[in-house]
Amino acid sequence: MKLEKSQTAQHIIEKISATASKVGFISDTVLSNALLQIENVGIPNNKHEDYKYCNIDSILKKEFKNIEQNFINVTAINEYKIKDTITLVVVNGNYSEALSDKIILKGLQVHSFANIDSSANKLISTIADVQKDVFIAMNTAFCSNGFYLKIQKGEKLKMPIHIIYISGSETEALVNSRNFIELEEQSEATIIEEQILIGQGKVFTNFLSEKFISKNAKLNSTLFQNEGHLGYSVNTNQIKQEQDSQYHNHTITLSGQLVRNNHNVLLAGQNSEANLNGLFYSKENQIIDNHTLMDHQAPHCESNELYKGIIKDKSTGVFNGKIFVRKDAQKTNAYQSSKNILLSDDASIYAKPQLEIYANDVKCSHGTSTGKIDEKALFYLNTRGIGKESAKKLLLRSFAQEIINKIEPESLKEKITLFFEKNL
Amino acid sequence: MISIKNLHASVNGKKILNGINLEIKAGEIHAIMGPNGSGKSTLSSVLAGHPDYEVTEGEIIFNGKNLLELEAENRAREGLFLAFQYPVEIPGVSNINFLKTAINEIREYNGLEQMAAKDFLAMVKEKQKLVELDGKLTNRSVNEGFSGGEKKRNEIFQLAMLEPKLAILDETDSGLDIDALKIVANGVNMLKNKNNAFIVITHYQRLLDYIIPDFVHVLYNGKIVKSGTKEMALELEAKGYDEVKKEFDFKK
Repeated sequence: MKLEKSQTAQHIIEKISATASKVGFISDTVLSNALLQIENVGIPNNKHEDYKYCNIDSILKKEFKNIEQNFINVTAINEYKIKDTITLVVVNGNYSEALSDKIILKGLQVHSFANIDSSANKLISTIADVQKDVFIAMNTAFCSNGFYLKIQKGEKLKMPIHIIYISGSETEALVNSRNFIELEEQSEATIIEEQILIGQGKVFTNFLSEKFISKNAKLNSTLFQNEGHLGYSVNTNQIKQEQDSQYHNHTITLSGQLVRNNHNVLLAGQNSEANLNGLFYSKENQIIDNHTLMDHQAPHCESNELYKGIIKDKSTGVFNGKIFVRKDAQKTNAYQSSKNILLSDDASIYAKPQLEIYANDVKCSHGTSTGKIDEKALFYLNTRGIGKESAKKLLLRSFAQEIINKIEPESLKEKITLFFEKNL
Repeated sequence: MISIKNLHASVNGKKILNGINLEIKAGEIHAIMGPNGSGKSTLSSVLAGHPDYEVTEGEIIFNGKNLLELEAENRAREGLFLAFQYPVEIPGVSNINFLKTAINEIREYNGLEQMAAKDFLAMVKEKQKLVELDGKLTNRSVNEGFSGGEKKRNEIFQLAMLEPKLAILDETDSGLDIDALKIVANGVNMLKNKNNAFIVITHYQRLLDYIIPDFVHVLYNGKIVKSGTKEMALELEAKGYDEVKKEFDFKK
């Protein structure tokens, strides 16, 4: 059994270990734990409760038989830039200083993993536990030369940071992309992460971001995913918040053959706040699977989650939101809501809220709704001369706007709106 | 303007309209009255092109076109308007954006250019006054959180903006207090001209004190059983619908 489980993993390890970074910023202990974990757990299939609707083992077996790691060398990224932002570029998992803007913004430090000092090195892998998920383990064992980003104490960044993760291959390839983002005490930043795929080959990305938000710090972030039908990815966003900190995130997924997002927030210090907003739009036979985990460990924290899905054609959408309220997390406010529109009879959505509460003085709620486009509203619009197609678009746009309107800065909101409109 | 001949219609297999005949000319206001369940709202839904209603017999000619062959949106583009009894709330779609889309799709269908933003806004301002609709409401989502009266006024505001040839008011008076009723009626009277026509569907005579109809029809069991002038409405109000019911149930 164990042997069978690790077969896919073994195949992948052989293929990617050659191109994995040998930078050595992962300690030997962590590395051997990671390797052990991969061997023990293997790549999850649909028998694995957490990966029930997204059988990654079978997808890898079927779609990634001929991994060649034949990457495209990206030389220009101007077309992806967003005005009035600092651009950082990661190509096929490796931080590219050459393509990134010069870091001259006060309070901001960025280094590739190969160039970090020992204090930063110690932080890596402290938030994402290799025992928790096999993709964390795999990323830890085989990640490329990603980056460490720090906002210094007390600094409020004057400009948003736009991180472009661009990957591309002419044949099948695997990327293990990783970063660590640290906001020191009382700092503030807006960070945009955008995943782009080029080339004609299928690329499987195992993305991992650890984000540490210190006391009184505030992070506003957006993850924008639009990789198209060649993009397969598991994205782990592992957040740790200290007291009085704030985390606002918008995860916008407009396409991807397989997109699995593991968004895990640990509220470790009291009075902290986390807001997760999600919008996903799946079509054809795509699978977009959002798993969130809100772990309330400290008292007086608040979390809000709102995920909206539009599921078209034969595609599958998943929202699985787990809220833990640990026994010390008194006076917790935790809210979660998932709303979905199915655009065809063949589209599926699996929405599952999970609450586990061990404290006795908390306010928690969750709700999920799934429906078709509101026929009454559609008819009302028709009677005003608005045609079927544009009426449908008007309604979908209004459904998405609740999420899109929260996105900052304005230039990013416009970019996402434009891509969303194209999808309609 | 519109000619309805021997119209039979059903919804979910249940027959509601049993042969309606009605002829309306430009410049006329027709009131359709009748007890609950007589088919008044079905008639308005059928005219507007609601997909759940099936026309089993008869024809409707609207300005020379076979109305029954047109989809709901094309009926609107041809100049038909239905003011809903229960206007629908559409969260997230602003009134302004909604109206701009509607006007431009109607114009496109009729071979006209898009309306300039400046002209559109001027029109909004002017028509808002007509129904005394608060400017703030036009910037909000369509009907979302509107009071009953505000929703009805918003219907008449849309009517004013879209300038239809034939407007059907489906129990626009229901749920309105006397002040709101006067505002709505006043709006309709200002919009009335020799080139358009109105069908006013109502349960009570009250609205007809303010919108004076040229003809009054009584609908019962899916048929127009009586037609006359506005005096007939007063008579109905005095006697109630029981008289009509007795008379026609007996004939049946």
